[in-house]
Amino acid sequence: METAAFYIFATIAVLASLLVVGQRNPMYSVMLLITSFGALAGLYVLLDAPFTAVTQIIIYAGAIMVLFLFVVMLLNVPREEPAPSAAASLLGPSGLKIGAVLSGLLAIEMVWALSRLPAKGFDADQANQVSDVRNIGQVLFTDHAFAFEATSVLILVAMVGAVVIARREH
Amino acid sequence: MSAWIPPAPILAHLVLIFIIFNVLVLSAAFMVWMERKVCAYIQDRVGPNRVGAAGWLQPFADVIKLLTKEELRPKAADALLFAIAPIISAAAAFAAFAVVPFGASTTLFGLLDEPLPLQVTDVNVAVLVIFAITSMGVYGIVLAGWSSNSKYSLLGGLRSAAQMISYELSYGLALAAVIMMAGSLSLREIVLSQSGYWFGFIPKWYLWPQLFGFFIYMCAGVAETNRAPFDFPEAEQELVAGYHTEYSSMSFALFFLAEYVNMVTVSAVATSLYLGGWLGPFLPDWLDWIWFIVKVLALLFFYVWMRWTLPRYRYDQLMEFGWKWLLPAAVLNLLYTAALVLWLQG
Repeated sequence: METAAFYIFATIAVLASLLVVGQRNPMYSVMLLITSFGALAGLYVLLDAPFTAVTQIIIYAGAIMVLFLFVVMLLNVPREEPAPSAAASLLGPSGLKIGAVLSGLLAIEMVWALSRLPAKGFDADQANQVSDVRNIGQVLFTDHAFAFEATSVLILVAMVGAVVIARREH
Repeated sequence: MSAWIPPAPILAHLVLIFIIFNVLVLSAAFMVWMERKVCAYIQDRVGPNRVGAAGWLQPFADVIKLLTKEELRPKAADALLFAIAPIISAAAAFAAFAVVPFGASTTLFGLLDEPLPLQVTDVNVAVLVIFAITSMGVYGIVLAGWSSNSKYSLLGGLRSAAQMISYELSYGLALAAVIMMAGSLSLREIVLSQSGYWFGFIPKWYLWPQLFGFFIYMCAGVAETNRAPFDFPEAEQELVAGYHTEYSSMSFALFFLAEYVNMVTVSAVATSLYLGGWLGPFLPDWLDWIWFIVKVLALLFFYVWMRWTLPRYRYDQLMEFGWKWLLPAAVLNLLYTAALVLWLQG
């Protein structure tokens, strides 16, 4: 049952992500990306991490994608035309080479990360600790307090930066 | 060939889901009737009074009318997104109710071995689930606005997206304050932590310590459900009918249904968070869901009352109120709650 659910969610996630890149219509890309995020949330639930699943939906599928959608609608680009001159360089021979190098690096990185995974199986006790909201909060504000606060400053900087850029003409 | 009969707990659960779904649909019908009646009396009219006694069959007549109407779609509309937009809206509206508890457990007078909690599912992050599903509901409206390929629809969809983003923050912060007080994300536990009385007669609802939070929650809730005085996505004087201008027949009805079910959900969540859920005096344990319904109805009446009393704001007023007043107020409320919790813990 769980294995079947895993394969269903995994298939949806992979297919939707591939289709995101393949769409001409940015609106469909956004919707497929949301689908992919939803499938990822399903995978998190299967891993006994409902909190991660729900935050995935709230933050990525909810907040961030609404902003994406908002931008797509405001620009109202009905279709993305095949690359004109400016973007052509990215799809040209040199662009393809960069893409090949990046893909190669990603593949190496994945292999490296997977080979370092501990061989032992799924530990239910550990999973419960990770999924408990109270524990997450405690760890976040004690062990990882610096990283947490640094991230919040980073986000604040990004926000201030966005406001400055948006209001440059004044 | 003998039909497979699911074991009693699963069967009871399926029946429960079936009942909740139908009660939600009926509650939307009832809300339409109540809305028209209340608005009529507020405007010194009688309201629907032809179909059934006091017009109570009017919503059913409306449904039959909508079902038999022709389904129209603009030629320039995006067929796929145009079709799924109302489905997303309605599905999100119904899904959110899955985690709302509306009563203690029941064994149906000993029919079941295990008591069945009156709730579709009790997840330990229920409050966040509701928050997540509400934030999904906006896609229905936004997609409807975009896929209709009409100026009015697009403006309605854009307004809705901006409004949801602006008010979701205050909504979330108001929820966070209650979570802090209860120390749990499960709606059932939040309700149970409100049992008991102060001085023997004041119920220990979070409404009292969170009076301000309740106000913030209701403001944000009204904005999230696109109801007057914040009904900009469908402001009829400016946008014809906003995001559902191009919809007809049942797809329009789905949006209509979603709006009313969303109101019921917002009221039900407010009841659980601030008004002690199904807890109440006088009634025996197995009838405690009546208290839940009474409280939800009171909030729904308030919704309708507000719509027919207050005029719509201007859009810039909505944004100013959301960002410059409600959000800072919600942050202050969170700080005050944190101080209160620490003080109570000694």
